Amino acid sequence: MKELLVEIKDLECKIGDQKILNGLNLQVNKGEVHAIMGPNGSGKSTLSSVLAGNDHYEVTNGSINFLGEDITEISPEERSWKGLFLAFQYPVEIPGVSNINFLRTALNEKNKFHGKSPIPAKHFLKMVADKSALVGLDNKLKNRSVNEGFSGGEKKRNEIFQMAMLNPKLSILDETDSGLDIDALKIVASGVNKLKSSENATIVITHYQRLLDYIVPDFVHVLHEGRIIKTGDKNLALELEKKGYDWLKIDSLN
Amino acid sequence: MSYTEKELKKELDNKSYEFGFVTDIESEKAPKGLNEDIIRLISSKKNEPHWLLDYRLKAFKVWKTMKEPKWAHVEYEKPRFQDISYYSAPKKKKELKSLDEVDPELLKTMDKLGISIEEQKKLSGVAVDFVMDSVSVATSFKEKLAELGIIFCSFSEAVQNHPDLVRKYMGTVVPYTDNYYAALNSAVFSDGSFCYIPKGIKCPMELSTYFRINESGTGQFERTLLIADHSSYVSYLEGCTAPQRDENQLHAAVVELISLDNAEIKYSTVQNWYPGDEKGVGGVYNFVTKRGICGYRSKISWTQVETGSAVTWKYPSCILKGDYSVGEFYSVAVTNNFQQADTGTKMIHVGNNTKSTIISKGISAGKSQNSYRGLVKIGKGAQNSRNFSQCDSLLMTDQCGAHTFPYIECENPSATVEHEATTSKIGEDQLFYCMQRGISEEKAISLIVNGYAKEVLNKLPMEFAVEAQKLLEISLEGSVG
Repeated sequence: MKELLVEIKDLECKIGDQKILNGLNLQVNKGEVHAIMGPNGSGKSTLSSVLAGNDHYEVTNGSINFLGEDITEISPEERSWKGLFLAFQYPVEIPGVSNINFLRTALNEKNKFHGKSPIPAKHFLKMVADKSALVGLDNKLKNRSVNEGFSGGEKKRNEIFQMAMLNPKLSILDETDSGLDIDALKIVASGVNKLKSSENATIVITHYQRLLDYIVPDFVHVLHEGRIIKTGDKNLALELEKKGYDWLKIDSLN
Repeated sequence: MSYTEKELKKELDNKSYEFGFVTDIESEKAPKGLNEDIIRLISSKKNEPHWLLDYRLKAFKVWKTMKEPKWAHVEYEKPRFQDISYYSAPKKKKELKSLDEVDPELLKTMDKLGISIEEQKKLSGVAVDFVMDSVSVATSFKEKLAELGIIFCSFSEAVQNHPDLVRKYMGTVVPYTDNYYAALNSAVFSDGSFCYIPKGIKCPMELSTYFRINESGTGQFERTLLIADHSSYVSYLEGCTAPQRDENQLHAAVVELISLDNAEIKYSTVQNWYPGDEKGVGGVYNFVTKRGICGYRSKISWTQVETGSAVTWKYPSCILKGDYSVGEFYSVAVTNNFQQADTGTKMIHVGNNTKSTIISKGISAGKSQNSYRGLVKIGKGAQNSRNFSQCDSLLMTDQCGAHTFPYIECENPSATVEHEATTSKIGEDQLFYCMQRGISEEKAISLIVNGYAKEVLNKLPMEFAVEAQKLLEISLEGSVG
């Protein structure tokens, strides 16, 4: 029995005068992994930002439904509390704020929203130990300032570590593979796979098929000019790897 | 009947001023204006020795020849010096046995800031000396300090009980000829704090003074003199709050620190005077001269968190006279709305192998202007001296300003002087990142700002650090644009 987690309907958005998403439709059920691929400028990263509630983009039409609730208008933090997580393509540095303090604040804010008391320090530290092992995050990075001076690989690992800590229902990985060497890619992917359950879902945004060797998608969607123009299974990614996107663009015109 | 501020204010509001002193009420207030007679009046009211009156009069004479400095990057309406009452004191100096006897209004203000006196009492690591409208009304922990020979009292008391110490050191670091406001203060100072740590004594508790400006129209001219004798140590906290006022209030304090051979003084300030309203009306003018002098192998460390005042003009400085002496300056200055701050430090290297560190973190929000102005001077004889300066600015909006004016004068080729400066704007991407993780905008700002200021906040004593973090939060509420 499939249970609907996210339903995006006719989503349109713009930045300034420029329309970026142009009637996008997507349904994601619990337990599924969806990959979104597409050429540069097709709207992939915009989709992740809009899902997370970045007010940089103006939603002009359509809706985002999350666990039966329309979240199109609610704040980014509330989306986060409800279980939406975005692993950033470019994780942001916050000097002077330790990773640990950052996460504890995040977790406690979430707990507060759900009417729970703050997480006890002991419990929190145990959780940190467990979850950082999951992505092989270097111990000393936990006490360093958020992403400051981290290598590209460490930043991406840190994103997955945060994801593990916050235990979201929907994780959006925005080009998590960019800037990763093959070993780091494997570690990050294995972290994501370990976090997979029948209760959550993942949207993987990527340029390359390579990541999908490690995080195997149930569906592959091709985004072009702000719309999904083709949906297939994992083999579609392989086909794209061989043929590029042009054949689809022509198809979509016809 | 317990005496409260409210009653004092009511009485003052209702009474019509006659020429001279009115003595049948519980407060004494000098008539407005400044002249030799007023100075004589202040001095006689305080029962001061002749030499001190002379000092005041000399300072007044010099002040009259001086011009208000214009070089600071601030604009304000010049205070009308003849419109200020230069002396105001609750008449009855009650000896309060416990802090419970302190004015409930005062307690309320402190509570708002999270400074619970009850808590402080329990902590009992802090001796509090309230300066309310120029005269101390409560001094505690005195006995405990007295056992060690530590003197911690109001300036007036020190003049009466320890005149030799006052006379020996007063004006040695900040002479009355130093600058316009120091001269004014030297002429009319009302009260302040005095502290003496004897040879070899490590003061076992943090000494703390809470200043308040209380009465409308009363400028405050505090004077602090702190002497750490050979091989002694003291950590001194100065914190300030003020109730809202519509008219500008002038505050021109003088703080002198004397750190004798092998001694160390740690001086921390949290300044939260009324900054004026959102339109820039009202607020305190804070024109302060703070300076310390170091003997052989001694150290002075200034830490300040400045969030208040409409206009701030302040440069806590160190004269590194003794060989191997160390000067430090850690500062966070926040300006919001129409606040203006021109603050920094002067590190004057005189002795050999002297070392100074400057960490300045400016945060500008609203339409405010925030300037760092600092001088590092390496004298001819200061062999192998070292300075490191770091001046960072954080902008919260695109309408505020951050400025850095570092002056370096180096007359000795063996010196090492380093200066680093950065300016950054609080990033939308940083805020969005926090919000995506479930941290609301307000909380994210506080997190980012506290992270930015961490190096300085870490230098504050524990209780103060918590208070300072709260202040930063309150000062920057809704300020990103």
